[in-house]
Amino acid sequence: MSALSDTARPAIAHGMRLQWEEAQQAHVLLYPEGMVKLNGSAGAIMSRCDGTRTVTDIVTDLERAYGATGLAADVQAFLTLALEKRWLELRE
Amino acid sequence: MNTAPTPGPSGPGPPLWLLLELTYRCPLHCVFCYNPTEFARTGAELPTEDWLRVLREARALGAVQLGLSGGEPLEREDLETIVAEAHGLGYYINLITSGVGLTASRIAALRAAGLDHIQLSFQDSTRELNDFLSSTRTFELKARVAELIRAHDYPMVLNVVLHRLNIDHVGEILDMAERLGAQYVELANTQYYGWAWLNRQQLLPSRAQLARAEAATQRFRERVAGRIQVYFVVPDYFERRPKACMGGLGSVFLGIAPDGIAMPCHAARMLPGLDLPNVRSADIRTIWYDSPAFNRFRGEAWMKEPCRSCPERTHDFGGCRCQAYLLTGDATNTDPVCDLSPHHQLVTDAVARAERDAALAARAEHVLVFRDHRISIKAP
Repeated sequence: MSALSDTARPAIAHGMRLQWEEAQQAHVLLYPEGMVKLNGSAGAIMSRCDGTRTVTDIVTDLERAYGATGLAADVQAFLTLALEKRWLELRE
Repeated sequence: MNTAPTPGPSGPGPPLWLLLELTYRCPLHCVFCYNPTEFARTGAELPTEDWLRVLREARALGAVQLGLSGGEPLEREDLETIVAEAHGLGYYINLITSGVGLTASRIAALRAAGLDHIQLSFQDSTRELNDFLSSTRTFELKARVAELIRAHDYPMVLNVVLHRLNIDHVGEILDMAERLGAQYVELANTQYYGWAWLNRQQLLPSRAQLARAEAATQRFRERVAGRIQVYFVVPDYFERRPKACMGGLGSVFLGIAPDGIAMPCHAARMLPGLDLPNVRSADIRTIWYDSPAFNRFRGEAWMKEPCRSCPERTHDFGGCRCQAYLLTGDATNTDPVCDLSPHHQLVTDAVARAERDAALAARAEHVLVFRDHRISIKAP
């Protein structure tokens, strides 16, 4: 599996919508007749995938927000999975 | 069930999936429609303001996936108003339509109002069968509507209900979906409720047909390699375990019929003694959490053997209550699709009869009952 480029700009896939749901206390991904409830870290990553931030930006932002380091591998792994599931797409 | 659960960690969760059946009016007359055969004798349709109130009350509880269906929802002239309110509330809005009435100006207005997605139904890949099964001339119209959907940058989601008369065309249906630019295709084998129940012996496919259709679907999936998602909904009459209907009644699904009746599944108004509440006289919170009808089939206390002591009860919830009622006359019985049910033979006999009929090449068009207002007035 080829690693996702650090300069790629992931965005929520066309026809899908990410939003915070108060009743579920979670981010959910909505698409035609379906819904995925995201766990906390998935929600934190996906909500930063706006098509303008690069993968590096997203990692930096998360490390700052959570006071952590060394998140790059986990973020890369999740983004790769989300791209495979077509939850995300890459913007040029 | 003696006590009504209340919202909270141990009680039922919110009605995440809200389906509004805005009208029973429909220009089509499909033989496999799951709408109640007595639809023409139900009460007046809810006015706009009641639908808007239902949207607000359900959203406050946590409803987020919204289906707008019917009948044909485009028959409602206030559809754009309903969509706009739903969009403002944060719903993801699915329009489930035959495409009849979806003009260029209406799709533009629905887009502007915030509609998220359109699921377009086809009856077949051929004009002859599409038009025969729906008793309309709509095949070319649907192709034009598919163009409009694509032109408005919507994901293309096609739905085709399968049965004996069209299941041999699955390969061609999928090729048509690809030509139309589909991203999702739902091949939904007929569920036998309402009009489909009347026509069951003409619509049940044979096992050989089903196997061929699944093989054709698999070949297509391999060829398109994820570019198009194909959902093949298996006809449960051919299974040995029942479907987990609605994820358990009263678990996530809330349907509202055109006359305001609130239902824990699409077909629940057929169940005797359920006393379904109406949104005209009760708010959604009370209906969802406190009404006897929505609590009737929550949990396991209602179950009989073999479900009651079965380890699988926690994931199939005993199957479909409506199917149990239709086939055995008792909604609390195990869904007879399950081969542990003492009534399982009712299902295998129906399949065997259908096999014989199909082998005799019975001329189905002579006996099919088309969904029709005049017939509905007199339907049992």
